[in-house]
Amino acid sequence: MSWTADEIAAIVAADIPEGAFVNLGIGQPERVADHIPAGREVILHSENGILGMGPQPAPADEDMELINAGKKPVTLLAGGAFFHHADSFSMIRGGHVDICILGAFEVAANGDLANWTTGGDGVPAVGGAMDLAAGARSVRVITSHTTRAGDPKLLGALSLPATGRAIVKRIYTDLAVLEPDGDAFRVLDRAPGVTIDMLAERTGAPLRPADPSKGADR
Amino acid sequence: MIDKVNDDAVAAVAAVRDGDTVLIGGFGEAGNPTELVHALIEHGARDLTIVNNNAGNGEIGLARLLMKGRVAKLICSFPRSSHGHVFTELYKAGRIELELVPQGTLAERMRAGGAGVPAFFTPTAAGTDLAAGKESRFFDGREHILEHAIRGDVALIKAETADRWGNLVYRKAARNFGPVMAMAARATVAQVRRVVPLGAIDPEQIVTPSIFVDQLVIVPDPVSERDHLLEREGAR
Repeated sequence: MSWTADEIAAIVAADIPEGAFVNLGIGQPERVADHIPAGREVILHSENGILGMGPQPAPADEDMELINAGKKPVTLLAGGAFFHHADSFSMIRGGHVDICILGAFEVAANGDLANWTTGGDGVPAVGGAMDLAAGARSVRVITSHTTRAGDPKLLGALSLPATGRAIVKRIYTDLAVLEPDGDAFRVLDRAPGVTIDMLAERTGAPLRPADPSKGADR
Repeated sequence: MIDKVNDDAVAAVAAVRDGDTVLIGGFGEAGNPTELVHALIEHGARDLTIVNNNAGNGEIGLARLLMKGRVAKLICSFPRSSHGHVFTELYKAGRIELELVPQGTLAERMRAGGAGVPAFFTPTAAGTDLAAGKESRFFDGREHILEHAIRGDVALIKAETADRWGNLVYRKAARNFGPVMAMAARATVAQVRRVVPLGAIDPEQIVTPSIFVDQLVIVPDPVSERDHLLEREGAR
């Protein structure tokens, strides 16, 4: 009835073209590093100063000075590089990163993204999300389709403060792959057993079928 | 003869005065100058403004400095963490001021500070709540906001290897904020695992040149934040 976290990560990874420079954000996006298809060269960027980031290491090889944005141990592929924070964010802010994969609290049908504060009295945390929202060429999101309480996270308009406006190009959830399309979400793919009606019930904006003219896009 | 090595860590951080802005390196646990922060606690300076990407984990390093009540304000991009109870409690009690800054803007504000650039425009955060009160201007049809440079009174950073002049080489992703913080402070103290003879570091490999470094403290075997957190979990 729904995709697992690893299945979603594999779907996201399959959509990344050979040769792309891809930044992975904190949380679910970290998992994409473990699912890059064999034989495809994709250069993963981590905001803390890594290009050529590889998958998780075996426990015996963990090194807490080689960690990803989520502070978890990773590896470095041959050809990888280390650099300082101002250079790392020049890659992002200077428009050099092709794709970034972020988590989300909410995504609006016009592509607005909220992922830094839930308002209330929680501690806000922006990290590199606003730099990526402003600088990455394509922003993609991995998120659960609904909150833990079952409320939609894909909405007609954000209820939370925005990270960036009209930036999200594609959304991967446990139920479907979608694209913001102004006042609705286009459904590109659905998890096995998920019907359009089920999806509509769990989405806070209208759904539209995939644009056939862009059908070969994925 | 120039020799920046100081055997007394507390003396090395003695340039920090009450009310100072202190830049502290590190991203997660990589690059945290934990021993220098402990020396700063012993030194006793208070009412500090701290610049760090995070807000401390467990009860060592920055978290301990916060716990001791020495920090009035934190300038930070990501203060939320699963082991960040010290900051979270202070923040919820209204006992610490937080200036939340996008991570790239944070790095760029320090690079600007180090390079003598007083302010710059960036599209990052334009149109969001973090742009509140900031001057905005359009370039090529896109909104940008004015961000001011950050200068530190003192920077505390961690590197892997130094020579006695203070040339630095870092290790893996522990480099992170070290180079920009070293540039952006009036005085920089680096804790390093080892000091090698002058000339032993390939000049092509030096990341932070000696002009940006004032004091060196050798810590061959720094505390592991991960071990500290595992111990705390085990004790619960």
